[in-house]
Amino acid sequence: MSDTRPESDVAGGPSAATTTTEGAPPPPAHWRTGLKEGSTAWTVVLVALFGLAVGAAVVFLLNAVGILNIQVERGTWPVWFTSPTTAVGKLTIMVFAVVVFAAVMTVVLVAADRSKRLSNGLLAAAFVGPAALMLGLGLLYPAIKTIRGSFFDRTSENFIGFDNYVSILTGGGFRDVLTNTAIWVILVPIFATVIGLIYAVLVDRTRFEGLAKGLIFLPMAISLVGASIIWRFVYEFRPDQEGVNQIGLANQFLVWLGFEPYQFIITPRLNTVFLIVVMVWIQTGFAMTLLSAAIKNIPDDIIEAARLDGLAGMRMFRYITVPSIRPALIVVLVAITMTTLKAFDIVYTMTGGNFRTSVVANEFYFQSFRQGQIGVGATLAVVLFILVIPVVIYQVRQLRLAEEIR
Amino acid sequence: MTTTGGPPIPPPPAEGLTTARTTPRKLTKAELRAAEAKTRLTSPWASGIAIVIAILWTVPTFGVLLSSIRPQASIQSSGWWTWFTNPEFTLANYEQVLYGTGTAFSTFFVNSVTIALPAVLIPMTLALLAAYAFAWIEFRGRDVLFVAVFSLQIVPLQIALIPLLTEYVNWGFAGSFWAVWISHSIFALPLAIFLLHNFMKDVPPSLIEAARVDGAGHVKIFFRVLLPLLVPAIAAFGIFQFLWVWNDLLVALTMVGGTPNVAPLTVRLAELVGSRGADWHLLTAGALVAIIVPLIVFLALQRFFVRGLLAGSVKG
Repeated sequence: MSDTRPESDVAGGPSAATTTTEGAPPPPAHWRTGLKEGSTAWTVVLVALFGLAVGAAVVFLLNAVGILNIQVERGTWPVWFTSPTTAVGKLTIMVFAVVVFAAVMTVVLVAADRSKRLSNGLLAAAFVGPAALMLGLGLLYPAIKTIRGSFFDRTSENFIGFDNYVSILTGGGFRDVLTNTAIWVILVPIFATVIGLIYAVLVDRTRFEGLAKGLIFLPMAISLVGASIIWRFVYEFRPDQEGVNQIGLANQFLVWLGFEPYQFIITPRLNTVFLIVVMVWIQTGFAMTLLSAAIKNIPDDIIEAARLDGLAGMRMFRYITVPSIRPALIVVLVAITMTTLKAFDIVYTMTGGNFRTSVVANEFYFQSFRQGQIGVGATLAVVLFILVIPVVIYQVRQLRLAEEIR
Repeated sequence: MTTTGGPPIPPPPAEGLTTARTTPRKLTKAELRAAEAKTRLTSPWASGIAIVIAILWTVPTFGVLLSSIRPQASIQSSGWWTWFTNPEFTLANYEQVLYGTGTAFSTFFVNSVTIALPAVLIPMTLALLAAYAFAWIEFRGRDVLFVAVFSLQIVPLQIALIPLLTEYVNWGFAGSFWAVWISHSIFALPLAIFLLHNFMKDVPPSLIEAARVDGAGHVKIFFRVLLPLLVPAIAAFGIFQFLWVWNDLLVALTMVGGTPNVAPLTVRLAELVGSRGADWHLLTAGALVAIIVPLIVFLALQRFFVRGLLAGSVKG
């Protein structure tokens, strides 16, 4: 279908000008609310709800920036409401939360539906408002506050300029963190994508395709914590002594091959690579799924033509398959890069950031919550954000390019 | 299930003919495959590589599964591969991990469930409504707002954690279920709105216009026309969000890490690695308790998940 609304055209004039590009004449007024005459009472309800939400948001913000000074003591809310202790209590409060949420949304929607002559703005506010409010107060405002905090010291009161950034870039301990993050971001996307691609090609249209793909795909359902435990078990080390058996598969292999067992997780520098293996193990399924779909989308006639020209095997892969799925390859690489940048669970679970394995996402947690270095933690979060930006720009540019070629 | 070993089962209709028919048909299929295979990447090397990858991706999990049913003493003294020559079976590890005083995974299991359901339903509802407005309601500032929501996708959630936590503390909600529910809902919204908006825009405009001409308002169109069409998209996002919430560690650790009443399985599991990292009988059984639910959900609804993945990332 061809929907030509210029979604990304932000700068272009008032949006009313772009509204009627669907080829239809401008809609008559009654389309806005339907033919039924609504009631004024519901309009009042809607406007009241709207005012309530805006008022609450304003109070929240004023309090957050310190103009108001509301402080609810811990324990003011009843325990059954915040953190019930029994299973029944927990499930009850869960149902309660869902019901309350559903009730509020129902009132909003019924009011929007029954109201008299609602302007599109108010109607849209009923639909978008809740989400926009949550994003504004819960994501945008905190992000701004964190960026501000990165220029302050651990008390968040004294302005120290770029000192936090300088100490991250030059401090001895942080050099390992940055190097490790770079190694993660380079190795994980490459290995996950290459292995996923090779596997997708190898099992494509074979008898066992479904099963074979399922096996690689499964780790995606496993939490990073679970995966870390699975691999810690693989890497488990037992000293090389008479009567002591290895219980980790990796070390058992070394012993079978006649080598000494090796401390995979503890021995610095190479241990980062062994943690990366876990991430590759998880992300390969994602790469394989998307690339496999892209391979199946290559038009048959292209493959037929290439085959008639005598292309087969590796050359078919090199000259037909890979160029045809280039856009999918970029999407996969970028998505895995972003996931890798933000992932902290593996390092946290496997080494806790010790043995020189820490990465930015893990260091953020460590500095903020273990060291109480709020300023440094905020700076690391901002660094994480800054690192994501070029990746996104690259993706947008590549996708534009791909669209032009098409 | 994908293999067709053993005698072919005749399909119910045309019973008399099948035995005569299936055999030659099967042969031709196999022949076709063989012929096709020649033109493809196939060599002993290729299948060898595929098999090696498949084994590498399966064996670690299998080892944990097998270990979880071995007695504690055996796990600590010999590799799980010795199970094949010395098979043993016990559920004691699971019993201890689920109900033992130091572990009590059953409690954390309930916590995970309690966290997951609202953390899926709330953002899904909000995102559906917002996506509808972005796709089908004309209002001033729509494009600007949509681009803003779209770009929030790239904000790493780390950047919002501490100020959010400060607010929960301020309002007395720190360490409660509400803190996790709200946090997960917020963090899910940008991607959810974007994904569902993609699906919404694929609905033919003529359908919406027909409903409008019939006198339906936006609320009715949303419920009667769009929701039924969007069931696959909703399922896709639902699975996505469920796996994310159930498997999340960072948000849970930050918001409710210190409240055993509320903390989910992942937090407990990570804690167990720290405190009892050598107790493999607990770790293996615990890991399996934590991954069994997402695994089942994933296997049962894989189809929707894959479709969601493709729609989310390829359409861009």
